[in-house]
Amino acid sequence: MALQGGFIEHIRHLQSLEADAFEIRKKTDLHREMDGLILPGGESTTMGILLKESDMFDELKLKIDSGMPVFGTCAGLILLAHKIAGTEITYFASMDIVAKRNAYGRQLGSFYTEAELKGIGIIPMVFIRAPYIESAGESVEILSVVNDRIVAAREKNILVTSYHPELTSDNRVHQYFLKMIT
Amino acid sequence: MQEMEKERYELNKNLAQMLKGGVIMDVSTPEQARIAEKAGAAAVMALERIPADIRAAGGVSRMSDPKMIKGIQAVVSIPVMAKVRIGHIAEAQILEALEIDYIDESEVLSPADDKYHIDKTKFKVPFVCGAKNLSEALRRIVEGASMIRTKGEPGTGDIIQAVRHMRAMMSEIRRLQSMNEDELYHAAKELQVPYDLVKYVHENGKLPVVNFAAGGVATPADAALMMQLGAEGVFVGSGIFKSGNPMKRAQAIVKAVTNYNDPKILAEISEDLGEAMIGINEEEIQLLMAERGM
Repeated sequence: MALQGGFIEHIRHLQSLEADAFEIRKKTDLHREMDGLILPGGESTTMGILLKESDMFDELKLKIDSGMPVFGTCAGLILLAHKIAGTEITYFASMDIVAKRNAYGRQLGSFYTEAELKGIGIIPMVFIRAPYIESAGESVEILSVVNDRIVAAREKNILVTSYHPELTSDNRVHQYFLKMIT
Repeated sequence: MQEMEKERYELNKNLAQMLKGGVIMDVSTPEQARIAEKAGAAAVMALERIPADIRAAGGVSRMSDPKMIKGIQAVVSIPVMAKVRIGHIAEAQILEALEIDYIDESEVLSPADDKYHIDKTKFKVPFVCGAKNLSEALRRIVEGASMIRTKGEPGTGDIIQAVRHMRAMMSEIRRLQSMNEDELYHAAKELQVPYDLVKYVHENGKLPVVNFAAGGVATPADAALMMQLGAEGVFVGSGIFKSGNPMKRAQAIVKAVTNYNDPKILAEISEDLGEAMIGINEEEIQLLMAERGM
């Protein structure tokens, strides 16, 4: 999804893995053949507004809820969360997690670390004004925990990370996502 | 320590990457900040007086009151930026203490130092700086800026200077790209910047940081124009809250940045926006802010 944010970085990672990718900016883009969807980092409020205004929301929600593989990073995680702490607003609400926005504070709280993503190993993690997952339902598999906070998880067709694999040179998380598609 | 600083600089460049494809709006009250967020702004710039009013009022313009900045931080979840005078180290330290998300070392305010910009490598918070050509942009990056914007001519509603600055930057980038490697040393000398930055631009065909447009954007078409010229996002200052219908215009500019290449959508969203800011033409203004801080 290329409404706002760091989508080019995702496309580059996909291309490095020889996967085809295209930008979704308007409703007619949804009519192209797609096997998976990436919701990039950026501002979730901005994307949420543009999703609804562009009349793409319902169609995308239907695709997600009927099993199309989705990968959300940072703002993408917020868009997919069933509930966002401290507000009644939700977006796709397709994943049984509660997301906490700006959970590490402002930009001074942004940080880099290396930690485990279950099934891959130790990977570099870039957190930018990042959210974390406050709680997760039983059907959610927890994939990464940093400082006792859940920062990556998967539920069926949905993969989320509160960090940005697309901002590092390591493309293994994207490889993992591509495996969810095939 | 060196490593830590490098890591912090990367994180700061990364935040700018997350703002790409977005609109950063000038706001002077919490109420305006709420409107901006609701309209889809990717960040807000908190300042007491928007550039058009600074222009009208004259006098020395300075960093905004921390209380006003805090009031805006309290009501929005998107990043909050604020401006300091060029070279004003202490104002920057104050904004860092407020945990501002981005500092704009800005020619819109009265410069505090006519020779030196702030040594931005000494700060943890990120800085965005204005530039009107590649040489200025790269000098600001050497000083530690993690994001660049065109200077344009703030508070005028006239896009000509922003266009001129973006075109200058892009054509100089293309010129570096097409050079032989042995010509780059001389280019570095001409641009008055370190060789490794020149080499980066030569190899990548872009700045090493995100590059936004700013100064004079008043309509969705202006925003789309700047994106087509190579901007990665847009700052809108006076253009929104000096217009007849701020909410509608703000929403339209947000959509224009996403759909800058789609004339049909641009036509739809440009419709019926109410009155645009009246603005001033380039030749009618007495103070060229873009000439501040080279």
